[in-house]
Amino acid sequence: MVREIDPPTIQKDFLLAALAEGKRLDGRIPLEQRKVEYIFGEELGTVECRLGKTAVLAQVSASIVKPRDDRPYEGFLLINSEIGPMASSVYESGRSSDSEILITRLLEKSIRRTEAIDREALCILAGEKVWQLRLTLHFLSDSGNLLDCASMASMAALRHFRKPEVEVIGDEVIIHSPEERAPVPLAIHHTPLCLTFAYFENLPPILDPTHLETTLCSGTLTVTMNAQREICVLSKAGGTPLAAEEIMGVVTVGVERVREMVKGIEEALDTDKEGRVVEVR
Amino acid sequence: MSSSRLEILNDGGLRHDARRPYELRSTSFELSTHPSAEGSSTVTQGLTTVQVSIFGPREPRQRSNASHDRAILSVEVGVVPWAQGAGGKRVRGDKRLQEIGASIRQTFEPVIMTHLYPRSEIAIDVQVLSADGGILPTSINAVTLALISAGISLLDYVTSISIGLHLTQPLLDLSQPEESDLPNMVVASLPTSGKITLAQMETRLHVDRFEEMLNLGVEACKVLKNEMELVVKDKTRKIVDRMEIKSGAAMIVDE
Repeated sequence: MVREIDPPTIQKDFLLAALAEGKRLDGRIPLEQRKVEYIFGEELGTVECRLGKTAVLAQVSASIVKPRDDRPYEGFLLINSEIGPMASSVYESGRSSDSEILITRLLEKSIRRTEAIDREALCILAGEKVWQLRLTLHFLSDSGNLLDCASMASMAALRHFRKPEVEVIGDEVIIHSPEERAPVPLAIHHTPLCLTFAYFENLPPILDPTHLETTLCSGTLTVTMNAQREICVLSKAGGTPLAAEEIMGVVTVGVERVREMVKGIEEALDTDKEGRVVEVR
Repeated sequence: MSSSRLEILNDGGLRHDARRPYELRSTSFELSTHPSAEGSSTVTQGLTTVQVSIFGPREPRQRSNASHDRAILSVEVGVVPWAQGAGGKRVRGDKRLQEIGASIRQTFEPVIMTHLYPRSEIAIDVQVLSADGGILPTSINAVTLALISAGISLLDYVTSISIGLHLTQPLLDLSQPEESDLPNMVVASLPTSGKITLAQMETRLHVDRFEEMLNLGVEACKVLKNEMELVVKDKTRKIVDRMEIKSGAAMIVDE
């Protein structure tokens, strides 16, 4: 991996001095997220999420495949998330660095392992045909906190997506094209979203760190939570040691924040729905 | 999620391997188990065995990675093919193993006094010899001991434990069947200050239960540290005794 040049000491000192006064370089308060924006694509299941200058495009597509023999009732959810040089020059295509692995693994854990998508609802004909969903993430630009942005984009795309309606008559499966019958949304259990906090020595944590803040911080903590007050994934690997109360403090903040974020996604989806014709009949 | 026929906690309040909820598995800590490494340890917790060897501080293998004011850590994690039966064969470079390696590196970076070893590399090689749940916590415990045995300056011990939750009952130190059935988390802490360096959870859990588990984990880490310290002190005492015998013998010859 290409090594980035460390930010100058003067910049570091300035950032830390500002943080000590409770200010951040882009004018946010410590626990404030950058502005979130969803841009829905032409097709269902294509969403670009922008978090400040960080941008991730998520696309969902579905195909019909044969299920695994030991799980005849379960469909698949595949997540493709390779970070290419488009996001930032430090990422190389084909080779993945530690931070990249961390991002993809956390995404996988927060969306797949928490069963956000009801995989049994993807079954068409037991043991014969199931839906295979493919979630492809394109990391368009990295200005810090790719993970949170990617998780928002993924969940928005999954909730935006609709799969074609299928009809099963005996052993025969009829797939209705979207022109014929309105496609159906996925069965989604909950909406897990990631929140990343950055820590600095002897300073309160900050939410949604920018690229510079991430390079200078002494550790980060990511929680994935849903609106039902459940922690889905928590990952704090190393960095400054924290007391249990400090972790709980972050989690409490997360509870509120995630609820707002889910609301944000729902509002964006509603706005998009108004300007979109899905129904045919 | 609970697809197996395993009874997590029976009517008598015992777990499937007849432990009580807060009881740890039998542990054994051994120091200097590798012949040529600077420091090494083998830690067994229940049926999970991990061997860690430390090489260094040495000149970095890749010069470009060196840092002028501190040591860098490089962690390799391997699982021997026979460690976990036929089911989970893992090759080097597996994403999960790389993630465990990254977690170990990030856990120890703030704990090792890296500024004492500028321009050098400390290579940590973790080999999982048998896996029955809790690879990460056992590895972290083993790395702590290996670093101590290598004589590398640490701020504190780092001890780690896995915690599960059955209904409302937290369980400590999970075995493989429990790990796959229960929501669980791994906590690594610095026992002296009780601060948490690593907390990882991959399964859904309600916020209100989380705090209880976290605090329990920190307590358990303190217990583990006491056990580890006994082993380290015992080992040191033996070395000191041997040195005394040697110097005593030398004096006799002198006379």
